[in-house]
Amino acid sequence: MHPIISALKHHKTVVILVVLEIALTCAIVSNGIFIIGNHLATMRMQTGVADNELVWAESSGIGDASTSASQASRAAADLAALRGMPGVKSAVITNSLPLSSTGSWGTCIARKAGGADAESVCTVVIYAGTAGVVNTLGIRLSQGRDFLPQEYQDYDPFQGERAPPPSVIITRSLAQKMWPGEDPLGKPIFLGDKNSGVTHVVGVTDHLLNPSINKQSGADLNMLLPVTLATGNMYVLRTQPGVRDATLRNLPKVLDGVDEQRIITENHSYSDTVSDYFHDDRALIWLLLVVIGSLLALTALGVIGLSSFWVQQRTHQIGIRRAIGATRGDILRYFQTENFLIVSAGIVLGLGLAVVLNLLLMKQYELPRLPLTYLPIAAIVLWLLGQLAVLGPALRAAAVPPVVATRSV
Amino acid sequence: MFGYYLELALRSLRRSPGLTALMVLAIGFGVASSMTTWSVFRAVSGDPIPWKSSKLFVPQIDMWGPSARGSDGEPPDALDFADAMALMKAHRASRQSAIYAVSPSVVPAATGAFPLNVSGYGVYNEFFPMLDVPFLYGSGWSAADDASRAAVAVISHTLSQQAFGDGNSVGKTIDIEGRDYRVVGVLADWNPQPIFFDVRDTGGFSGDGPDVFLPFDRAIAVGMPNDGSTNCSVMPAAEGFVGLQQSSCIWIALMVELDDAAAVTGYRQFLDGYAAEQQHAGRFAWTPNNRLRDLPAFLTFEHVVPRDTKVSLLVALGLLIVCLINTVGLLLAKFLRRSGEIGVRRALGAPRAAIYQQFLCEAGVVGAAGGVLGLLLTGVGVAGVGLVLPKRIADLAHIDLSLLALTMLVAILATLLAGLYPTFRASRVQPAWQLKSN
Repeated sequence: MHPIISALKHHKTVVILVVLEIALTCAIVSNGIFIIGNHLATMRMQTGVADNELVWAESSGIGDASTSASQASRAAADLAALRGMPGVKSAVITNSLPLSSTGSWGTCIARKAGGADAESVCTVVIYAGTAGVVNTLGIRLSQGRDFLPQEYQDYDPFQGERAPPPSVIITRSLAQKMWPGEDPLGKPIFLGDKNSGVTHVVGVTDHLLNPSINKQSGADLNMLLPVTLATGNMYVLRTQPGVRDATLRNLPKVLDGVDEQRIITENHSYSDTVSDYFHDDRALIWLLLVVIGSLLALTALGVIGLSSFWVQQRTHQIGIRRAIGATRGDILRYFQTENFLIVSAGIVLGLGLAVVLNLLLMKQYELPRLPLTYLPIAAIVLWLLGQLAVLGPALRAAAVPPVVATRSV
Repeated sequence: MFGYYLELALRSLRRSPGLTALMVLAIGFGVASSMTTWSVFRAVSGDPIPWKSSKLFVPQIDMWGPSARGSDGEPPDALDFADAMALMKAHRASRQSAIYAVSPSVVPAATGAFPLNVSGYGVYNEFFPMLDVPFLYGSGWSAADDASRAAVAVISHTLSQQAFGDGNSVGKTIDIEGRDYRVVGVLADWNPQPIFFDVRDTGGFSGDGPDVFLPFDRAIAVGMPNDGSTNCSVMPAAEGFVGLQQSSCIWIALMVELDDAAAVTGYRQFLDGYAAEQQHAGRFAWTPNNRLRDLPAFLTFEHVVPRDTKVSLLVALGLLIVCLINTVGLLLAKFLRRSGEIGVRRALGAPRAAIYQQFLCEAGVVGAAGGVLGLLLTGVGVAGVGLVLPKRIADLAHIDLSLLALTMLVAILATLLAGLYPTFRASRVQPAWQLKSN
């Protein structure tokens, strides 16, 4: 080991450059892998609904019926037409869907009537759906029951004075936040103007994502209310497998058939909606993969270039070593050990840099803290890369014949 | 001499094609990746109205109080109806307009045509001169039209063509949400990015520009609902759009024009005075917590430049730095390999300056080659950026002369910089040692 280190002292600059290069690569790669991991984790979240069987549409029309009675009759006509489509299992109207980025209502809800701030949980998303919403969406309840037919009521959170429906289904996350460690079933939730309205928890679901995932509301802080008419007017259809795409194509015609004055503003299969929602995440992952790949390739090429230079520079010395008894294996191992030492120094510096870079990203771009488990991954990748890169030049060095020692140049 | 050094450089580079290719690739790649992300960053962080942005301000008033504030203590980023109307009535800035998003349906004049769903805004007459909105025909409406809630509209060129065909449609009547409006102005193409007067609803970027502008009070009077986002700290007490107007929910953007520092100070005092008055009247139970940001500061505050774009730029810069370090190492290897040649030149009387010139020349040639490759790759990168970044943002990135010049400049400067140290080492070669060892 010692002769290698003292030999390196004669090439300080080059060694420092390689160490720096490895350190930077290490810092960027570990943070890159971490960011990729984060985005992948978000993308793998279960929406909590039947992703592949849902189709949805929104419409707006001229002369929208203004009284709630005429709205209700319109909605009933629309739903009847939609349910009549071949292969459609059920259809409901909701205000929004997980990851649809539209129609989301956020509100504060309280544990007690007129509760002080400490008693309330804010930025809770309210979903509202018409009869059959739980089965149509495919929400799985881990506790409690579905809504009863009589529990669907004419309610709109933005029309404050009316009492909310008697029952509500909430997510596990919301239950934990409202009543940590307690059984949420049957607990009252107060909402509306001055928290005057009350509803009771009848069911709990483990998975139901918000319309969009953000810092304020988190991923799944929401509750579902049974209503007869949902503002936002999102028609959600659950189809038999295989007829989804046909349903999607025919949907505008069927809705226009009920009222041709309307404009279909949205018409999508739900899996496309989810895929659209994650477009940016996928894009960033690809970008980072390309950058990480090119960084690693560049670093490897740099190591190959400099090792080749060293081998060339030391041909004479290698010849002498071989002449005085060093085996090919010795020469090979010399260059491999040298590379290992340099890469290790780079990794040590790089791990420090990775933490600094992460702190910077945390501060500037609200990224979470880098878990230390990501650091060994980057280190192992770089060690392997270094060994791989040095193999070619080291083999060439090992092939230098002892007779070179006797030549003058 | 320069020509001779160029020839020497080319000759030397040709002698070790592998190493040369490696350096050119590294530089080309590093420059292209940073330039591609830069083109996107430049597009989204640009000032949408550079000649005026320092005079445009967005007032924020804390109508929700401490319990609804985040950890940063910031007041809400939009206004409720009551406060927006109070600020409009006070009329303390040289120009001001409350703005809210509407999405009415429009029936084209042709018989049997289907209704169109268009996006637009309810604004006041001063909106148009304040934001220097360009008109193709006609103009905005008057203050009197605002006051009388006149049925007038400004429409986009696209909508004008859809509804009336080609030609000047000023003076014609257009059916908006079942009511007749007189067209007073047709916009020239106007779709600023970011849409700085409606950042909250659009996130800053959206495809098509607004199609219709109506007098704010008129749109409210006919009950045209808010199409933008609504945020509430407490639920409205009354029903519907009227209930929203009586609530403390925020859904209105307000922009004011303040011409000098004195006017800004004056407006700040006015805002604080207004909030103090509300506190006195018992509506606010807290001390005034207002903000008055100019447009660039407000766009920063609203994080209009997407986080991912910034991270990408940072990552690309990191890549460029690694490329440069790589180049330093490779140039060092290349130059020191020619110690013998340097020794001979020095022994024959070449000063250090000559060595500097020769080797910086060589570095420059590598940089130029890397730059050319970088240009090609940047072209590919900008074309392919839609695969990687959100489409609405990727569409804004484009190649122009300044980007090309910058790519070339960065490539050559960076390589010269990388060549400095290796050249320094080359110029320190001792002639005597080199001559002896050979």
